[in-house]
Amino acid sequence: MSYSITDLCVNCHACFDVCPNDAIYKASTQFMINKKTCTECEGDHDDAQCASICPIEGAILTPAGEPANPAGSLTGIPPLRLAEVMAEIQAR
Amino acid sequence: MTDMAPQNDATNAPSGGCSSGSCGSSDDAMAHLPQSVRDRVNNHPCYSEEAHHFYARMHVAVAPACNIQCHYCNRKYDCANESRPGVVSELLTPEQATKKVLAVAANVPQMSVVGIAGPGDPLANPERTLSTFRAIYEQAPDIKLCVSTNGLALPDVVDDLAELNIDHVTITINCVDPKIGAQIYPWIYWDNKRIRGEEAAKILIERQQLGLEMLVERDVLVKVNSVMIPGVNDKHLEEVSKIVKSKGAFLHNVMPLIAEEEHGTFYGVMGQRSPSKAELQELQDSCSGDMNMMRHCRQCRADAVGLLGEDRGHEFTMDKVEEMDIDYKQAMEFRAEVHQSIEEQRTAMKKVATVSLDAIAGVKTEEKKATRPILMAVATEGQGVINQHFGHATEFLVYEASSDGVRFVGPRKVDQYCIGSSECDEGESKLERNIRTLEGCEAVLCAKIGLEPWGQLEDAGIEPNGEHAYEPIEEAIAAVYLEMVEAGKADIQSDKIIQQATA
Repeated sequence: MSYSITDLCVNCHACFDVCPNDAIYKASTQFMINKKTCTECEGDHDDAQCASICPIEGAILTPAGEPANPAGSLTGIPPLRLAEVMAEIQAR
Repeated sequence: MTDMAPQNDATNAPSGGCSSGSCGSSDDAMAHLPQSVRDRVNNHPCYSEEAHHFYARMHVAVAPACNIQCHYCNRKYDCANESRPGVVSELLTPEQATKKVLAVAANVPQMSVVGIAGPGDPLANPERTLSTFRAIYEQAPDIKLCVSTNGLALPDVVDDLAELNIDHVTITINCVDPKIGAQIYPWIYWDNKRIRGEEAAKILIERQQLGLEMLVERDVLVKVNSVMIPGVNDKHLEEVSKIVKSKGAFLHNVMPLIAEEEHGTFYGVMGQRSPSKAELQELQDSCSGDMNMMRHCRQCRADAVGLLGEDRGHEFTMDKVEEMDIDYKQAMEFRAEVHQSIEEQRTAMKKVATVSLDAIAGVKTEEKKATRPILMAVATEGQGVINQHFGHATEFLVYEASSDGVRFVGPRKVDQYCIGSSECDEGESKLERNIRTLEGCEAVLCAKIGLEPWGQLEDAGIEPNGEHAYEPIEEAIAAVYLEMVEAGKADIQSDKIIQQATA
């Protein structure tokens, strides 16, 4: 099984630099994870490295397809608060 | 840096640079520094208020990754604080960055400094950052290199930085207390784990302090940046100032938090306010008592090119750079010549010390009244005469007139851009920028001036004067000063002096 990267990726290179298997590569618009070489960092680290350094919520999915870093878990912004502010800005 | 001629003592005349707080007293700050440090920052536009009128710098964006999260940053955009506001920059490979630096250094011979500031944390990208520095160091050893960092990875690369002759490092230190740090940094990536809360802040703080100490040990100049966040670290930054200075940082730069809802940062979305200008100034003042403060910082973009307040980045996009054919050796020789002539110009400007009123206006020494010095600005296109329209001026020459005579203080460039959302209202006009540039001056002499600026200058307490068009500068200033003396505008208000006069 393998971690994967969604189109929320901002191309910051952080995961690319820390992957112990060089399983991450630059695709045309964003970084991707090679399913064949991703080991979920088993044997190398306790935590998946890409998921541990990625700054963008929802950009990395676990092998189960769940966001490794769900909304609010990295920025500390409660998702409800963010939704309110977004609505308010869009209504301007 | 070499000092400007000293101000008359015991007067409250503003210092040589702009005194608005956004620009400013770094010449004062430099005065406290040992000569060895001043020599090293003499041609660094970011550290020396005077040098920023003569020398250019550029930033190259080669460092996208970051190893921490700050509550004032949204990684979907470039960092809005820490010298890289708001504009997504063109990411360069180390090879591209080197080419671009060499191209700019050949075409902008005033260039003296190259920095790497982001868009992530330069030292969280050690290979990209260090290989860029190495290539520039090998091919253009006359260019000074500098880097800014959050400090987490700093101790690991201190020896590389010293080896590559990088003598200016900026560390952003917002706190020395993990309890406060936990309110600024939600997490760090450390030891192959994401670590949160006070534990994370404690590690970051220890690494920052260790990095600072290691750099100072190796004789690398360290500047400390702090972001002032009201209610979070505003009361704490005085202590930070004391600690970093005691450890040997040579400058402390307190910057206002930039936080807007639209930025999508934690502070922006949660309604954390930015400090007011007055609060920022007050903190800068209270820190400056025991720290060299830097106030002319323009919070440049990570890919800025050119003199401070100017961006020539559009002339050096990668497609244009690729087509340039450059003789690097010749370019370096040319730079050396240009830098030497700049230094000669700076020395000459200081030597035109005081032109006495006797010599200029035939005033005999015994007729001189005890009057205070007054700063005046001149719009000129050169040749030593007042020959420029106020509205056309992109810089003003500032002179000080006193009973001792007329003395050139220095040039003041008008910002080509607003200096940041928290520093000015949006859409600041050229006129408003001109007036901000002239803060502290009591008159401005020009060839011509429109009615609207006339009125606004008067409202700002600056006397517009077009009566000396095409006259030599020193004589005109002496004449205006004598008129002001005559009108009692230059009287010393101090009680002590009045007592002396009547005694």
